Amino acid sequence: MNAKKIMYSLVREAGIGVALVFICIIFSLIAPHFASYANLTNIFTQISINTVISVGMTFVILLGGIDLSVGSVLALATIVAGLTITSESLSVGIAIFLAVVSSIAVGAACGLFNGFVSERWKIHSFIVTLGMLNIARGAALQISDSRTIFMFPDAFNAFGLKTVIGVPTIFLIALALVVIGSFVLRRTVFGRMIYAIGNNEEAVRLSGHNTILYKVAAFTICGAMVGIAAIMYMLRLNIASPILGVGFELNAIAAVVIGGTSMMGGKGSLIGTFLGASIMGVLNNGLLLAGMSDFARQIVTGFIIVAAVVIDTYRAKLLEKFL
Amino acid sequence: MLKENNIFELRHISKIFPGVVALDNVDLNIKEGEIHVIVGENGAGKSSLIKILCGIYFPDDGEITYKGAPYAPSSPLDAIQAGIRVVYQEFNLLSYLSVAENIFFEKLPQKAGLVDYGTLYRETEKLLETVGLKISPRTPVELLGVAQMQLIEIAKALSSQSKVLILDEPTATLTSKEIRILFQIIRNLKNNGVTIIYISHRLQETFEIGDRITVLRNGSKMGTKPAKEITIPEIVKMMVGRSMEKEYPFNDEFKPQGKLMEVQNLKYKGNQHAVSFFVRKGEMLGISGLVGSGRTETMRAIFGADRKEGGRVFIKGEEIKIKNPRDAVRNGICLLTEDRKNQGLILDMPCFVNITLTDLARVSKSGLLQQMLEKQATDGLVKELGIKTPSINQWVRNLSGGNQQKVVLAKWLFRDTDILIFDEPTRGIDVGAKYEIHLLLWRLAASGKGIIIVSSDLPELLGICHRILVFSDGKIAGEVKRSEFDQERILSLAYKEYIQNTNEKYQGHEL
Repeated sequence: MNAKKIMYSLVREAGIGVALVFICIIFSLIAPHFASYANLTNIFTQISINTVISVGMTFVILLGGIDLSVGSVLALATIVAGLTITSESLSVGIAIFLAVVSSIAVGAACGLFNGFVSERWKIHSFIVTLGMLNIARGAALQISDSRTIFMFPDAFNAFGLKTVIGVPTIFLIALALVVIGSFVLRRTVFGRMIYAIGNNEEAVRLSGHNTILYKVAAFTICGAMVGIAAIMYMLRLNIASPILGVGFELNAIAAVVIGGTSMMGGKGSLIGTFLGASIMGVLNNGLLLAGMSDFARQIVTGFIIVAAVVIDTYRAKLLEKFL
Repeated sequence: MLKENNIFELRHISKIFPGVVALDNVDLNIKEGEIHVIVGENGAGKSSLIKILCGIYFPDDGEITYKGAPYAPSSPLDAIQAGIRVVYQEFNLLSYLSVAENIFFEKLPQKAGLVDYGTLYRETEKLLETVGLKISPRTPVELLGVAQMQLIEIAKALSSQSKVLILDEPTATLTSKEIRILFQIIRNLKNNGVTIIYISHRLQETFEIGDRITVLRNGSKMGTKPAKEITIPEIVKMMVGRSMEKEYPFNDEFKPQGKLMEVQNLKYKGNQHAVSFFVRKGEMLGISGLVGSGRTETMRAIFGADRKEGGRVFIKGEEIKIKNPRDAVRNGICLLTEDRKNQGLILDMPCFVNITLTDLARVSKSGLLQQMLEKQATDGLVKELGIKTPSINQWVRNLSGGNQQKVVLAKWLFRDTDILIFDEPTRGIDVGAKYEIHLLLWRLAASGKGIIIVSSDLPELLGICHRILVFSDGKIAGEVKRSEFDQERILSLAYKEYIQNTNEKYQGHEL
């Protein structure tokens, strides 16, 4: 009985982690370059941006909401930051600083709008953020005159290539955000309220809390994360463009859901989200190294997303059967 | 009339959940054609027993014979096909569909792939007659009252030639007149050879309707007795393991003093009348009236749960503004809602999360939750209220109804507000837990708090209150002091406005 219980919780909590390790082992066997240092760094860099966006998305999905605008908002944030950083009237240090601040501010402002409109007029965030998806994309194209911005300061570009004991800096930033976010969700009053509202908003309201405040805050956090992701994107590719980020919302939602967070809200964790983003990244990379075409990869990734959710839904029942 | 052969024979039935033994080696015989009543406190194992009979749970041990053959349903469908139907406490009706469609939902009569509405309505009319309902089969269910819905559920259960009908608390939401009708229907069914298993908290009823009574306690069977050979006190003793000397606590020596909260000209949304009343320090104020008379709406408006259209609230003489529950709680008012599962509790979170939710500032330091403080606070309340849970980390969903209600109480005790408004605090709760909750309410009053209790259970209000306000059609029809308490007077007050209005407004219309 006791051993069964321990196994049960182990599989339940660490299921995604086990899946990730399993996938890595398979790729090491079938794709010769998969386990190389160069490739691992590559994967770390690749998953960083999706991880950061997914951290923000987790806050929103835990509340039973969704943010479809993250990709467009990311593009808008890179444009604003790109224009700031290339501004000739500013000294390099100040330009970089202002670029980072403005990117985060633009993201947070878009998130605040999403949260405020959906809470003030009780409109599902699916619709509001669908609107924002168009607003932000249009704004990015308008402001940039549909041109790509590049020629960033050397100091900025150089930071993007930095590593700490062999690990890319932008991956460390992503990891730090996962850890901080996880701490906030697990250990703070704010985090407790996010889970509680996601489970039963009316009960929380009747317990004497202003639930709207927390919900708007969650959307704002999601936007701010997108602003950070925008800077990471610029560090990695050294460009700002109004057309980038298309489909990012789907990758983020997939990572969150594979990570075991319920779309109904109230259940899930950021560790899960991080593992979910890792699985997505490893699959993409591994299948490529295994020689699979772009199209075939999409098909496989799609099936894996569906399978992950099906397994997650029936995990409890499957466990009862096998243990 | 009573045949001597057993339709059900249960042998050594056990069911174990993590941390709880729901049923422990239960033996039970149900005779064919009898009305068999099962009583017991919340968590005694009644629900588990029903769920085993209708194929939702599988027993961990033991065997069942049904009509002489082994019976082990693997799904509710198996049970239905064997002729066993359950009418649950919660309704399972589709509100936008018609009465007929609801009743025959599982097996709609068809003609060439389309629904055969002619047959559907004819068959429905027959069933409606059996249950004594005079409504059109085309009526959408959303237009029906609670009692009618209950009868529709029974009609639904009868649509497929049931041999055994299990009724789970069928009278919880019915008025006494409706209960009479229901009992007549049950007796008719019995005369037609249907075996009835009847679960109820209302002991009085069980004597009226039951042939035999089985008492469960903590998952074990305490005994089965013919209804004629046992009395209510004996049953209560079997249920709670001790005899109840006093059914209601009331302390004559304790006198309320000084107005604590005063409500002036309060109008809840949609009501044209304004209500005014006050509650004193240390007072137990009862609110009586029919369901829909504005009792709940008034309390929700005071608490800020719903908008109000006007009115002022004073606490200790000072006016306070309440726009939402947050304002109310900050000013020392709390409301324990009628619907505890949807509005009072977060079912899929641990006990301690539910309890500390009302005052997270007390268990945190600069926004960081302090696990030790949470544990201490929760442990204390769990002990004080006698909440039966394997641990404070247990999900509230896994607790029994009475214990869930105690968790709601605990969360507001944790906030420690001066004024506590209880809406139906003991509905669906067994005798033992009810008494404990009454004692607790009295302890709170004695410590100087103002208690308002909204209840449909008139004997409860008469037993524990200093004063009772009677609501009728959105107005306060009258106030009755303890020295003048009289059941008939309160009932006539409750109907007062409706009778007058009927004469004025509804003349010539059938109600």
